[in-house]
Amino acid sequence: MSDTVIEVEGVGKQYRLGLVGTGTIGHDLNRFWAKIKGKEDPYLKIGDLNDQHQKSENGWVWALKDISFSVKRGEVLGIIGKNGAGKSTLFKLISRVTSPTVGTIRAKGRIASLLEVGTGFHPELTGRENIFLNGAILGMSKSEIRSKFDEIVDFSGVERYIDTPVKRYSSGMYVRLAFAVAAHLEPEILIIDEVLAVGDAEFQRKCLGKMKDVAGEGRTVLYVSHNMPSVKELCTSVIVLKHGTIHDTGKTHDLIPRYLAETIKAIESTDGEIPVNIDRLNTGGARFTQIHIMSEKLVPKRVFHFKEKFIIKLQIDILKKLERAAIYLFICNPMGETIIMATENAQFNCLLFEQGIYEINVKFEDVLMPGSYNIELLICDNKGSSIDCIQNIKGFQIMKQTRTNDEEYPFVPVHGYILPKTHWNINKL
Amino acid sequence: MKEAEEGWDLVIKPQAKWYQLDLAAIWEYRDLLMLFVKRDFISVYKQTLLGPLWYIIQPALTTLTFTVIFGGIAKISTNGVPPILFYLSGITLWTYFSDCLNRTSNTFISNSGIFGKVYFPRLVAPLSVLVSNLIKLGIQMLLFLGVWTYYLYTGDTLKPCYPYFILIPFLIIVMAGLGLGFGILISSLTTKYRDLTFLVGFGTQLMMYASPIIYPLSTIRKPEYRHILMLNPVTSIIETFKYIFLGNGILNWYALLYSIVFMVILLLVSVIVFNKVEKSFMDTV
Repeated sequence: MSDTVIEVEGVGKQYRLGLVGTGTIGHDLNRFWAKIKGKEDPYLKIGDLNDQHQKSENGWVWALKDISFSVKRGEVLGIIGKNGAGKSTLFKLISRVTSPTVGTIRAKGRIASLLEVGTGFHPELTGRENIFLNGAILGMSKSEIRSKFDEIVDFSGVERYIDTPVKRYSSGMYVRLAFAVAAHLEPEILIIDEVLAVGDAEFQRKCLGKMKDVAGEGRTVLYVSHNMPSVKELCTSVIVLKHGTIHDTGKTHDLIPRYLAETIKAIESTDGEIPVNIDRLNTGGARFTQIHIMSEKLVPKRVFHFKEKFIIKLQIDILKKLERAAIYLFICNPMGETIIMATENAQFNCLLFEQGIYEINVKFEDVLMPGSYNIELLICDNKGSSIDCIQNIKGFQIMKQTRTNDEEYPFVPVHGYILPKTHWNINKL
Repeated sequence: MKEAEEGWDLVIKPQAKWYQLDLAAIWEYRDLLMLFVKRDFISVYKQTLLGPLWYIIQPALTTLTFTVIFGGIAKISTNGVPPILFYLSGITLWTYFSDCLNRTSNTFISNSGIFGKVYFPRLVAPLSVLVSNLIKLGIQMLLFLGVWTYYLYTGDTLKPCYPYFILIPFLIIVMAGLGLGFGILISSLTTKYRDLTFLVGFGTQLMMYASPIIYPLSTIRKPEYRHILMLNPVTSIIETFKYIFLGNGILNWYALLYSIVFMVILLLVSVIVFNKVEKSFMDTV
């Protein structure tokens, strides 16, 4: 009991859909009357669950409903779920940005929330001034910041520009400085919302490492992310939110495969059609329309023999001319980790795509170990921003037996994912 | 239920008690308050040629305008006080009040970016406005004192009331309290009903004419007008200020008491409303 640092009990948050601000006097008066008469708020009884695909019956929606959980000291809790499942709302409630409609949240110790990096950064102020300002906004005292100042500057790597106004910074420098401040907070409870989605890969790794340190020091971390590998790496347990309620909860290594398996996108092998409204990150320039998984002889298949070659055929509809774009095909394990990144050329050059439909055949040699695999498709521009991305497409399975059945993968647990082409030279000396 | 809440540092519930004003928390964030002040000061005058000189230019030009229009053209009496000094004294104190009011009245809207991401006692933001305006007032007071000293030694129309100089800080505090009270009350109401934002700008301008800035209160003869003017809590503060420095004004202790009581009640009400709104304003702003 005394180990519990956060306790969330029956928390719900109701929002009104549509325009806010006009026509609310009537509602306010209604509420006021109910209060005077000692009745329950009339608007608390109504409201739909937070399912964005369904049209609401009335103007009210529960962004979160009946959320109860507790977090122990030193635990790193991941919160996952689709966009709009209520993750950010939950974090806003815990970090006191807004208050719940019903329920109670109790916490022990100082809470610092990082719902965004660089909150309160002022473009006219220098890096140095912004470190102090941002640190104070996040709840540090001046002396605390002063004692960590060198560390922060060092971590951010913008030492040369520390006395330059941040409006002259590149966006990367800006983000690095902002994260550096946040990373040196020392609260008992740290709330982080996908701040890792910024910065280059090297800096992201640095951030992840820093967050692991934080967790290692026995502090409690709540972490929201779409990025399964980082959740897996950081979190000890996970809560899955769906339509504003807790859908599933458990230890990370059990839950993530379960979650991925549940949300997997099964695509019929007969026509290979990818529905337009499938859960995808699309910015409108292009759209993956078909995916076929086939044997070397172009027979649709989902189960392959060990060491069998296979082909993945894609169709992509380019809606407007793309000057420089690249298509990637990722193969992931059931934990959502990328095993293979395949692209058209090893130089990672971008290609020109005219408007129209393209068909792409990707032939894989015998590269994979037995196991089941999923697929992620991505087309992005030369800056790496996604044009269309579909994650977690149901893939295929590779059996332990080879095609001729004369050979079999010998071990019970499969070790690794890739069957490397190596040349061994063994000499007795 | 009572026992369940023991041992927790923080309990978040849908409705906070209306009297729950956590002054200790605001004190903890005093560094942030001062950094906000510094930010305001630096950011406003960065990349300007004249920098903080603008603080002096604004009241100087307004005073000149008033002197020409109200003193020269409209010929409104200043009771024998040099017009420049008369207008400057009113403007200096009034500007502090109206700046506090205007800048705190959009606390929620202008800070929604920060407020939506991080929690800190929201009152820190409007309080920092009071302090940064206090710096501005300090600079403008220097201008006023300069002009005042000049007239003090070149003419004999001024009869300053030196023992009452001790009242000056107190007058400023009441002005700050009134500005803050009106400001955060408006800012709380504007989160839901934006209509008030239209009112603030010209509302304060109109209020200036209902305060003895461009005319001495003593020239208002009609009792009903004078009563209306005395209802304005700023009136007695400005008159007292003029009385102390210029020896020309009405020092009425009852009127001063009225202003103080007005300020205290206004502050109480506005802080309660502010507290209530800050819990959930992110949903409506």
